[in-house]
Amino acid sequence: MRTLSRNLGFMLVLLLVAMMLPAGGSQEDTADQGVTITWWALSSGGGDQSRQQLREQVIADYEAEHPDVTIELTMLENEAFKQKVQVAVQGGDPPDIFHSWGGGVMVEYAQAGMLRDITDYVENNLADRIGSGALGVYGYDGHYYGAPYDMGAFGIWYNKAIFEEAGVEVPATWSELLDAVQAIKDAGYIPIALGAGDRWPAHHWWAYLATRIGGEAAFTAAYDGSGSFADEPFVRAGEMMLQLADLDPFQAGYLGATYDDAAAFMGNGQAAMQLMGQWNPAVIAANSTSGNGIGDDLGWFPFPMVSGGAGDPNDVLGGGNGYVIGANAPDEALDFLNFFLQAKYNEELVDVEGIIPVVDGAQEALANNPYSQRIAEAVAQADYFQLYYDQYLPPAVGEAVKDAVVALLAGNLTPAECAQMVDEAWRNN
Amino acid sequence: MIGHQRKKLQTMGSGPVALLLIAPAFVLFTLFVVIPVIQAGYYSVFHWNGMGPASDFRGLGNFRQMTQHPVFATALQNNLVLIVVSLVVQLPLAFLLAMLVGRRSFPGVMIFRSIFFFPYVLAEIVTGIIWKFIYHPQVGVPTMLARLFGADGAQIGLLGEPNAAFSAILVVVVWKYLGFHMILYIAGLQGVSKDLEDAAVVDGASKLQVVRHVIIPSIRNTIVISVFLSVIGSLNIFDVVWALGQGGPVHSTETLVTYLYNFGFRRFAFGYGSAVAVVIFLLSFAFNFLYQRFIVREQTNG
Repeated sequence: MRTLSRNLGFMLVLLLVAMMLPAGGSQEDTADQGVTITWWALSSGGGDQSRQQLREQVIADYEAEHPDVTIELTMLENEAFKQKVQVAVQGGDPPDIFHSWGGGVMVEYAQAGMLRDITDYVENNLADRIGSGALGVYGYDGHYYGAPYDMGAFGIWYNKAIFEEAGVEVPATWSELLDAVQAIKDAGYIPIALGAGDRWPAHHWWAYLATRIGGEAAFTAAYDGSGSFADEPFVRAGEMMLQLADLDPFQAGYLGATYDDAAAFMGNGQAAMQLMGQWNPAVIAANSTSGNGIGDDLGWFPFPMVSGGAGDPNDVLGGGNGYVIGANAPDEALDFLNFFLQAKYNEELVDVEGIIPVVDGAQEALANNPYSQRIAEAVAQADYFQLYYDQYLPPAVGEAVKDAVVALLAGNLTPAECAQMVDEAWRNN
Repeated sequence: MIGHQRKKLQTMGSGPVALLLIAPAFVLFTLFVVIPVIQAGYYSVFHWNGMGPASDFRGLGNFRQMTQHPVFATALQNNLVLIVVSLVVQLPLAFLLAMLVGRRSFPGVMIFRSIFFFPYVLAEIVTGIIWKFIYHPQVGVPTMLARLFGADGAQIGLLGEPNAAFSAILVVVVWKYLGFHMILYIAGLQGVSKDLEDAAVVDGASKLQVVRHVIIPSIRNTIVISVFLSVIGSLNIFDVVWALGQGGPVHSTETLVTYLYNFGFRRFAFGYGSAVAVVIFLLSFAFNFLYQRFIVREQTNG
């Protein structure tokens, strides 16, 4: 009797454990009926459904042509996506198609064997309608793992009305920018809105300066080990950034401010400039009190050149959005990505997501959008396209750059120490 | 009667029935506590980016790196400051409030209790958002106060000042959890014998003496629990701190758990992150053990 009930208890434990194990094998049952593709895309957050609606439309169009394929779309907000995809990849089960900014994180996934090498497919099917600069962001060491649908540039967004009131012209050089900052300050406005609490908005200032000062050569040397991130151009970038910071150009408490906080200063007409990517107008509008931003007063100009710098003034620091293919994805996933990357949908994304289109033929959608057009031109004209440091470099190094630049602004590090901190993270990686 | 009950309990407390009853808890505890702790311990000696098997053995290298990292020292220090503030400011304040609104009935007493308890009901992230407004450099309370006292055009962004940000967060934490401890003390105060208090008063004890020698000893159990929850909560705090600045500016508001997130998760350094988790676990465990051993034990004996 006693043993019987003990066994009973033991079996109950086993049963409980069994119930908790994931049910394997059930997927194979449906295999005969067709292919299921999982697709993880980014939502805008804030309850806007338009991104999802567009993608659902693409899916419906595709499924109508391919009745044997089912595509399961999951829309995730930025931070939630990063975590969820990290867990999925670490669990060895990445989605078939998922969002990626390319660069270091993508390379890390690829090296772990979690992405499918689609080099041949990209070269045969996509390379004829997507430029090599934009495609290159999704490649590493001669292999492609995905493709972009958006590729833009960081640049300075500015308030034309404030510029006029302060009597300043669009600055073409760094010293003109410093003069403009002083004039705008004297006119009673915040010269530059910066969300340094999020860290990434701050590190772009340093990275762009380094790109202007050292050009492609300095970064390539640091990256391939023939030079280092502690080299003179990177130290000089810190020094010039402090030149700017010494003018006290940012809003009060900027070290604790988020990107959204900073965008609000732009949207409410209190700040004159903000260094940011192509998506900025929508964010400025969303964070403004009126909900509409500053309308036609918003302008865009490229990051100023640095006199004597090795970088070409046309060089661009930027990045975009795209999709990579999970290691276990079926061939249909490639076909669907190809389908998604047609001019028609790329054009629609301009309005829905504020992208700078990369697919040939979609650029016409920018006709009535002057600043997007300028960004598109900047990307097209750039001989050297530098992907954002925090995306291009491996995660540990990207984090170190962001930390170092904020510490530089806070006065905790000297320009040389800032560069050394980046170099150290790079060498330890 | 009592003897009979105990006997019955004893029969229930052994054998297959007991096994059946503890099985669900045992399985859950093993799956979600024991196994992860063992895993964290295992990964803590590797350099590992979280993908594929961990193979780059580092021994105690991760722990050595931690001891040499100034940000880890900041995080640890912030946790200690938080514990001290909780014990020295928050709990006495909660006790005081409980004495004010928990012992007698006056018109609106429930409203006061609800007001003080309200912050505890709020989600941590909501708390963070509310306080970001309160501390807003342009329209926040510190800025308005400064302007009220004549500093025209002043802008005070406490959360952006590396020297002030953690103090600003301490205020939020005290505000948020004050009500919880107040409710604990109110519950404890219900059990204080009125006769004992009256007797003390008759014997000529002052109000302060009644509190010191009658009330506090009577609610010792409650205080023991309240201190315990406060310390463990302070060691593991994350959400509120994260919502108010992600450990920044320049890591000045980092706590052990935000440190784990920033230097483990965000950098794909899961071996290192595991090592930090092990340290947090050991600290909590050590406190738990010593507290049970010396404080709770003493209490049951006494």
